[in-house]
Amino acid sequence: MEQLAELVLNGVSSGAVYAALALSLMIIYQATRVVNFAQPGLALIAAYTAFSVTRATGSYWLGFVLALVVGGALGVLAERLLIRPVQRRSELSAIIVTLGLLMLLQGVAGMVWSNEPHSFPYPLDFRGRFSATDAFAVAAVGVTALGLLLLFRYTPLGLRMRAAAFRPEVARMVGVRVGLMLTVGWGIASVIGALAGMLAVPPFIFPNVLDGVFVYGITAAVIGGLDNPFGAVLGGFTLGIGLSLVSGYLGPELVTLAALVIVVVVLSLRPDGLFTRPRARQV
Amino acid sequence: MSAPAPAPPALEVHDLVSAYGAVRAVDGVSLTVPAGSITAVLGANGAGKTTLLRTVSGAKAAQSGRVLADGVELTRLPADRVVRHGVAHVPEGGGVITQLTVEENLRLGGLWRADRADRVRAREEMYQLFPVLAERRRQPAGALSGGERQMLAIGRALMARPRVLLLDEPSLGLAPMVTRRLLRLLRELRDGTGLTVVLVEQNARGALSVADHGFVLSLGRVAASGDADRLLADDRTRHAYLGF
Repeated sequence: MEQLAELVLNGVSSGAVYAALALSLMIIYQATRVVNFAQPGLALIAAYTAFSVTRATGSYWLGFVLALVVGGALGVLAERLLIRPVQRRSELSAIIVTLGLLMLLQGVAGMVWSNEPHSFPYPLDFRGRFSATDAFAVAAVGVTALGLLLLFRYTPLGLRMRAAAFRPEVARMVGVRVGLMLTVGWGIASVIGALAGMLAVPPFIFPNVLDGVFVYGITAAVIGGLDNPFGAVLGGFTLGIGLSLVSGYLGPELVTLAALVIVVVVLSLRPDGLFTRPRARQV
Repeated sequence: MSAPAPAPPALEVHDLVSAYGAVRAVDGVSLTVPAGSITAVLGANGAGKTTLLRTVSGAKAAQSGRVLADGVELTRLPADRVVRHGVAHVPEGGGVITQLTVEENLRLGGLWRADRADRVRAREEMYQLFPVLAERRRQPAGALSGGERQMLAIGRALMARPRVLLLDEPSLGLAPMVTRRLLRLLRELRDGTGLTVVLVEQNARGALSVADHGFVLSLGRVAASGDADRLLADDRTRHAYLGF
């Protein structure tokens, strides 16, 4: 019982990171049908920015805020400069561009900050079973998900973004600036990605630090269904807890395999994800 | 005392060419739509009616030619800018966004306007005009019937308080009675608010019964035009292009 509680709590805190990554992937996927493989690269540069700022100023939180700003700005630039020119040709080109961007950003990070790991601070106290840092991670992701839900459901901007995602041509006819909505979506998604990066990086930062977490982020997004924030968050926590239990009871070497098994099972039973209403087939 | 300069027509199209690849779906169309009129654009399937509307509203780029609304050049503007110039387009099938609620669809139509109070006022007006939408405001638009979707689509376009309303086959798939009600409504809107309506229809008889003028398109060109009564009475046009 003691062990179960411990494993679940561990799972909740890593699940928060997966949930944040899943959210950032979902926002872009929903708007453009592109899985943004560059997300860990954008988050990486954001986290390195935080690293440099924190080292220069001694303030973790200044670095944290700047990481989110830089992450969002990079997302906006990536959409405007790289994705938009190829998007019209095909979704596949855009996806391949995001893959290329990931490699580029990781390479640049290695050149600027070196490939050696640097120690990276936790936001708060990280000792103990469910530390202040874990609580911060869960709270930050919870607030983000709630904020997104409110944004999409209840604000004019959210309504425009949804319209642009569902029916871009119709949205344009009723005056929605669809291109701007896509840029805003990439910006928001990348801010959330940067948040996930800040939570996932410690204790060490190096160019490939987010690769593993990102794979779980995609897994969480697929489990939850790529089309609503609830699904992404639940997918993240489900995966976090599930993997933590596998690691505790069956052994940590099975975690990656377990993630794969979960994806395969979910996709064969509920291809739209666990937490979405299955869509009627479009005729 | 000199006579005041005549007001420019609500919509002018000069020599418009709009192509898909090598196919010129609209091949040099010119037409003038007087303010406050209902103008029917008729013709068989593939005559270029839908392409004409899409090119006028900026949903599709023109190869050449000009489009002006109230004398203002709209030719190369994208659709989201054209609607800001008072030209609203209801696409074929209505273009209701089924995943959004009825009210969200409606609100969407006026969101670009800065005047928040008037957006709310316009919404209430639409609910008065289409009481069935008010009853179903919280439901997903996908739950509406075909006629209700057309009403929602028209209501959404009117939320922009346009001067010109472009309607693409509003009667498509509707029962004859619903079609009649819809066409009558257009007439009332025109009479009540001075709205200019461009009505693309295959249902030529229905369209001409409410229209003031008509243009008949054939293979991307204007084949015949004139007053609606005259087009209805002209056997040659009717047989050749309108099929009744």
